[in-house]
Amino acid sequence: MSELVIEASAPGMAESTVGVELHGVVRVLGDRRVLDGLDLRVGRQERVGIVGRSGVGKSTLLSLVAGLEEPDAGVVSIGGETGAAARLARCALMPQRDCLLPWRTALDNASLALENRGLSRREARRQAAPLFQRLGLAGAELLSPAKLSGGMRQRVAFLRTLLAGKEVLLLDEPFGALDAITRAELQEWLAGVLDAEPRTVLLVSHDVEEALLLCERVVVLAGGRVAAEIGVDLPRGSRRAVVTSPAFVELRQRALEVIG
Amino acid sequence: MIRRVWPPVVLLGAAVGVWQLVVDAEHVPDYLFPAPSAVASSLGSDRVLLAQATLVTVREIVLGYLLAVGLALALAVLLHFSAALRRALLPILVLSQTVPSVLLAPILAILLGYGIEPKLVVVAIVCFFPIVVNAVDGLRSADPELVRMMRTLDGTRVSIFRRVELPGALPAIFSGARVAATYAAVGAVFGEWAGSSAGLGFVILQAQPALATARIFAAVLILSALALALYGLVTLAERLLVPWHATHA
Repeated sequence: MSELVIEASAPGMAESTVGVELHGVVRVLGDRRVLDGLDLRVGRQERVGIVGRSGVGKSTLLSLVAGLEEPDAGVVSIGGETGAAARLARCALMPQRDCLLPWRTALDNASLALENRGLSRREARRQAAPLFQRLGLAGAELLSPAKLSGGMRQRVAFLRTLLAGKEVLLLDEPFGALDAITRAELQEWLAGVLDAEPRTVLLVSHDVEEALLLCERVVVLAGGRVAAEIGVDLPRGSRRAVVTSPAFVELRQRALEVIG
Repeated sequence: MIRRVWPPVVLLGAAVGVWQLVVDAEHVPDYLFPAPSAVASSLGSDRVLLAQATLVTVREIVLGYLLAVGLALALAVLLHFSAALRRALLPILVLSQTVPSVLLAPILAILLGYGIEPKLVVVAIVCFFPIVVNAVDGLRSADPELVRMMRTLDGTRVSIFRRVELPGALPAIFSGARVAATYAAVGAVFGEWAGSSAGLGFVILQAQPALATARIFAAVLILSALALALYGLVTLAERLLVPWHATHA
């Protein structure tokens, strides 16, 4: 990874020991307590999947961690810092929709965070381009988002999130809108990228299989709290071998039972 | 393109043909209602007069329009960034539309004299409103999810404006600018009618007591062509600046 060009924007960020902690977090939307005393710890460079029924507060959880919202009670901290601005500075969010800007090319979309930080467009492109090469997007750099397939768009959106150079990645159903075959392809791609570029990851998914395949731990949300935590310890191997292994089938079964 | 253009062209051509036939058959005198051929011959015989007048009016239209675009965009950005100002000023702006703005021309002539200035101001006033209202709407209708995404990518208020809100508002801004383009010529003529010694509006005023009706028609024809040309230029600018937006009528 010596050619990695992501620069730390804050001192010590590349070697940070950032973890995410939530204590007794309550979030009320309207008259509903979406999150109701939630506790969760995510270790540095740990990948945690968050699954649960729709409306259970998965996306709200990500917004809180990202610093886009504040909890009504409880504490959200990243590496010991609890302020919203400090959390915003350490998280990058990949929303459900790819949110690519149609007036920018794939490369200019991916390098948005670099430009936001004050780099010239030229310099931002120079830093982002090598990642296109390395992560299987060569040739797509100058295409407009409208010319990209759904799978390619998600890859560019993920690259944009990665290039923000943040320690914590918040992925909100990143492949929810894709067809099953493309989704499987992208899951493998993402697993490969995260092995090469380890980060602290919170992955929200309604797809238990996806969470189990990509994460080291899966938490099930229900009733505004963590209803179950499932450590994922699966044999290595091809995707097909993994998903049909008895261990995987059993984990999936457990998760689905808790979700109910 | 050709397919879309020819049906109205054929229809218009047929209407002009019928007009010519009726005027010829009924022997309508030219001062009452000139035939297309009389308008055409006025375009030829009065070409020096009309050309000079056109240059004057084009200047008023273009400069007044640019003034309107500049002021409208500046105000829209100001209103976008200040909620207090928006709440105070936007209702007044909407209310101001009940004032028939072209009728301000005589007052402006008293205030600013008989030079080009009052004409520019009339054109600008007439064109200002659709641009500013569309621009404010366009800036405010940015997708909130894009804004959230930008905030987690270290986007400041200014970079969100530059990279998300402004480009996203361009289609709305241009649709306001296109509407305004069709008003500009009317504004210039009213400005000239309130007091001038040159321009197509002045030519019309001069031709009326002389019963040079064909010349009035010729001037109106040129004014329509000018409005159409401005509209075309704005549409062309939109195609160049907003290539990702594919709803060009």
